[in-house]
Amino acid sequence: MRGDQANRLNYGGLIDRSTALNFRFDGKTLFGFKGDTLASALVANGVKLVGRSFKYHRPRGILTAGSEEPNALVELRSGARREPNTKATTAELYEGLEAASQNRWPSLNFDVMSVNQLFAPIFVAGFYYKTFMWPAKFWEAIYEPAIRRAAGLGRAAQVSDPDHYDKAWAHCDVVIAGSGPAGLAAALAAARCGARVILCEEDFVLGGRLFADGGMIDGLPAAEWVARAVAELTAMPDVRIMTRTTLFGVYDGGTYGAIERVNDHLPVPPEHQVRQRLWRIVAKRCVVAAGAIERPIVFADNDTPGVMMASAMRSYINRYAATPARRIALFTNNEDGWRTAETAIAAGLQVAAVIDARPDISPAHRSLASKSGFPVLHGAVAGINGGKGGVRKISVSLAGGARAEVEADGLAVSGGWNPAVGLTSYHRGRPKWRDDIAAFVPDGAPPGMVAAGAANGAFGLGACLREGFEAGAAAARDAGHSGNIGSMPVADDEAFSITPLWHVAGKGKAFVDQQHDVTASDVELAQREGFQSVEHLKRYTTLGMATDQGKTSNVAGLAIMAAVSGKSIPETGTTIYRPPYVPVAIGAFAGHHRDENFHATRLTPSHHWAAEQGAVFVDTGLWKRAQWYPRAGEKDWLESVTREVKAVRGGVGFCDVSTLGKIDVHGPDAGTFLDRVYINAFSSLAVGKARYGLMLREDGIVYDDGTTSRLAEDHYFLTTTTAKAGLVMQHLEFCRQVLFPELDVQLTSVSDQWAQFSIAGPKTRDLLKEIVDPAEDLSNEGFPFMGAREVGLRGGIKARLFRISFSGEMAFEISVPARYGEAMARNLMIAGKPFGITPYGTEALGVMRIEKGHVAGPELNGTTTAGDLGLGKMMSTKKDFIGRVMAGREALVAPNRQVVVGIKPTDKARRLRSGAHIIPKGETPGPGNDQGYVTSVCFSPVLDQWIGLGLVERGRERIGEIVRAHDPLRGEDYDVELCNSVFYDPDGGRQRG
Amino acid sequence: MRIVCPFCGERELGEFTYLGDAKPQRPAADAGEDAVYDYVYLRDNIAGPMSEHWYHGGGCRAWLKVTRNTLTHEISAVEPAAGAGAAKVGV
Repeated sequence: MRGDQANRLNYGGLIDRSTALNFRFDGKTLFGFKGDTLASALVANGVKLVGRSFKYHRPRGILTAGSEEPNALVELRSGARREPNTKATTAELYEGLEAASQNRWPSLNFDVMSVNQLFAPIFVAGFYYKTFMWPAKFWEAIYEPAIRRAAGLGRAAQVSDPDHYDKAWAHCDVVIAGSGPAGLAAALAAARCGARVILCEEDFVLGGRLFADGGMIDGLPAAEWVARAVAELTAMPDVRIMTRTTLFGVYDGGTYGAIERVNDHLPVPPEHQVRQRLWRIVAKRCVVAAGAIERPIVFADNDTPGVMMASAMRSYINRYAATPARRIALFTNNEDGWRTAETAIAAGLQVAAVIDARPDISPAHRSLASKSGFPVLHGAVAGINGGKGGVRKISVSLAGGARAEVEADGLAVSGGWNPAVGLTSYHRGRPKWRDDIAAFVPDGAPPGMVAAGAANGAFGLGACLREGFEAGAAAARDAGHSGNIGSMPVADDEAFSITPLWHVAGKGKAFVDQQHDVTASDVELAQREGFQSVEHLKRYTTLGMATDQGKTSNVAGLAIMAAVSGKSIPETGTTIYRPPYVPVAIGAFAGHHRDENFHATRLTPSHHWAAEQGAVFVDTGLWKRAQWYPRAGEKDWLESVTREVKAVRGGVGFCDVSTLGKIDVHGPDAGTFLDRVYINAFSSLAVGKARYGLMLREDGIVYDDGTTSRLAEDHYFLTTTTAKAGLVMQHLEFCRQVLFPELDVQLTSVSDQWAQFSIAGPKTRDLLKEIVDPAEDLSNEGFPFMGAREVGLRGGIKARLFRISFSGEMAFEISVPARYGEAMARNLMIAGKPFGITPYGTEALGVMRIEKGHVAGPELNGTTTAGDLGLGKMMSTKKDFIGRVMAGREALVAPNRQVVVGIKPTDKARRLRSGAHIIPKGETPGPGNDQGYVTSVCFSPVLDQWIGLGLVERGRERIGEIVRAHDPLRGEDYDVELCNSVFYDPDGGRQRG
Repeated sequence: MRIVCPFCGERELGEFTYLGDAKPQRPAADAGEDAVYDYVYLRDNIAGPMSEHWYHGGGCRAWLKVTRNTLTHEISAVEPAAGAGAAKVGV
């Protein structure tokens, strides 16, 4: 089976005729060969119409043969893998490929919206800004949906991408972008010197335009030379050749971004393989051998299917053995375009005429014309007679003013070549204009980068090889390699001459940017309306803002702007170049970081045990923490949490608190150091004791809190909140290394080394006696409140035991090496069984801390001072500490600050909600009388009602006052009483007992 | 961007955290509120080489003084903070 493939040559090309591939385009089954792109297979099948244009729904064909393609965009694949705006010119053909044309309804041949063309006079630049102004509310409801239906490109899949993407790093001496003659020569030179080389090629074959344009190198046909060069490179151990990989950006410090389309050429990636891989390549040097892009000439109806870049036509004929037309006309303003006439003749195609805008052509070409029997017309293409079926007749305005018509079914256009200056210009570089080739070339490049060959404006084959080889050798030398470079590949240089021609005036739409339907008259309109700067031109007309980033249109657009504004092209200048060079899927940037792998997950030491218990987990930062442990028959979380709280207050419970940040502070100056970072004193803390500490930021606002214990004269054990663990470590290291380097102190993060459990409730001591070595004295005298020391456990493990309480109960926290954490949880359950031990989660922990009036995250919110939290008396006046001076500022000690206070609804049955605003009774709620808000709430099993903490203006002076809790978000408004923030056991008898 | 950590060698930007201008010096305890205010809030907006504090949190946890050109991102010097590095045994 090979199908019709009427436009396929029987010989030549890089296709495998023994492997026919079946594919579908708009539902129709067609055949191509292995080695085809979707575009070349469509060409081989005589398909000319491949899509409708963005704004006017005009029929469009294939313009190019590369990643610069503006027209031939398709929806590739189906279902969840449907990918819109895929360039048919770079999509490799595979068995069963499915593609659909875009932006047409109901079909490509009959498109209702092509009526837009009739209204073309109003669809000019700035059309949206000018037309859809009033009434404003119509925009979202009517205009935008209608415009989105009418315009636009392909449809996204709308469901989750089933494929995987990867991110990887690579390091080398020299990275090379492009494997044409310059890239291969650069790779050979650099690799022979001994440099580690990465060669990136966006195509799936190496060789660049050598397969389209041929030539002789070192006496060999180009294809043979490529094979020899690739074999030499492949044999070298330090050369990595990456095909299907586009170097798309350059970043600081010699870091390059590349996208590798690992499995885009297959229907579905093989199992365990990724679809695409995003590379960050760190290279000492970079050679940009990205070639050049042939540019169109703008003339009336230049978007008719069958109009194609001259170089693309050579690619289809020579590389893919597919003939875009049978009778080809060529419109060129330069010498290079003629190669397409030569190629067409060699392939047995007719050349209808060559329309050359230059006054003179070479004798060789003149004799080719007479030998092959086609006319050479001096002039320009003024219009096309054709339509969705393709080009039929070409109307030519001759140099003398006369008109001519040429019958042809294809028109090759060459307006000259634009070096691919993207990569070299990404660090705000501006390319410079060269009159001799009428093109912008790189003017310098980011550090470590150099352009070579066509990317540098050297269009001849010999020059490409020479520049590439020299750049490769220099790059290797700069990277410290000086091996035997061998001989330089040699080829002749073709003559290049060009007479710039950008725009041929004529009747009909002349497209500059075909993907965004920007015409020459749009550019002229922009100039008339004052948008002369190229940056304004771009944004006003959307020229160059489509997915092709104007690779075929930007230079023509600014040249037309230059002409109408009476400036030169270099005066007009270019817009800023920005990466990526080709579109990169967001999925590739995300890599594996999606869904449950969006970020790392940290599990507490008792996690697996808690999961066995059926715990409900909550994400707190990277951690998964047990939130509560539901039991059969409990109807909701509140019932479970209330049971857990009651069990703790009436018996004993335990909670994994290993997520707290833990830092060992060692050294003779450890106490002095802590005195400076906490507002209260720690050098005076006795060995064997713990103390609550509060840290400020240098601006006087509270930073973090936690208990710190003195385990030895020169050893403290500091804890932080879960949220700030990493930041506090960073802050303390800053204090130690930068602010106080004279102190002899060392910090060690031990957060992951210790599993820590809070054990709380009146039966705590009974339980601990079952766990701790019987020789340890746990009595109130032997281990008083705020005691802290190392103890032995039954079985010989050493643990750190702290008599601290967050719940307000008689409580201990016990630390064991993390590897014993799970065993500790299981042992607590066994040993605690006689005492009715109950594991509790973070919700119960929160309920008990609110009942006890302890502040936590909602109160330590980056706006509160120690005084606001009711902890102002902790601030030492005998020492300096971080934040001391700024904390004394007028506004931070003002008497009307919002301070922590207890809050409870006057109606005991009412639920209190955090976020409710506190408004004085009898006042209309508004910003002028907003006195604060509710920060933390819980249902208190002890008080049998909802209670909370809030930050309220002068709150502590207003205990007993009834105020309004105003909650417009939930539509609630109710009375609450301001009360003491310690709801439970205010004198602390229970925790000391 | 890549920073050459004096302890770990050349590493990628993602391993580091930026703090800001390394020039302001924490005033002495008795310097007064104005001096502390300047230290906390006042910063020069430097266009060119700037001395900055960076933290190698993804590596050795050293605080570094990095001289970086804010116009080009070129890094011309990296020094450890005065107290960075291993314990000074016997000093």
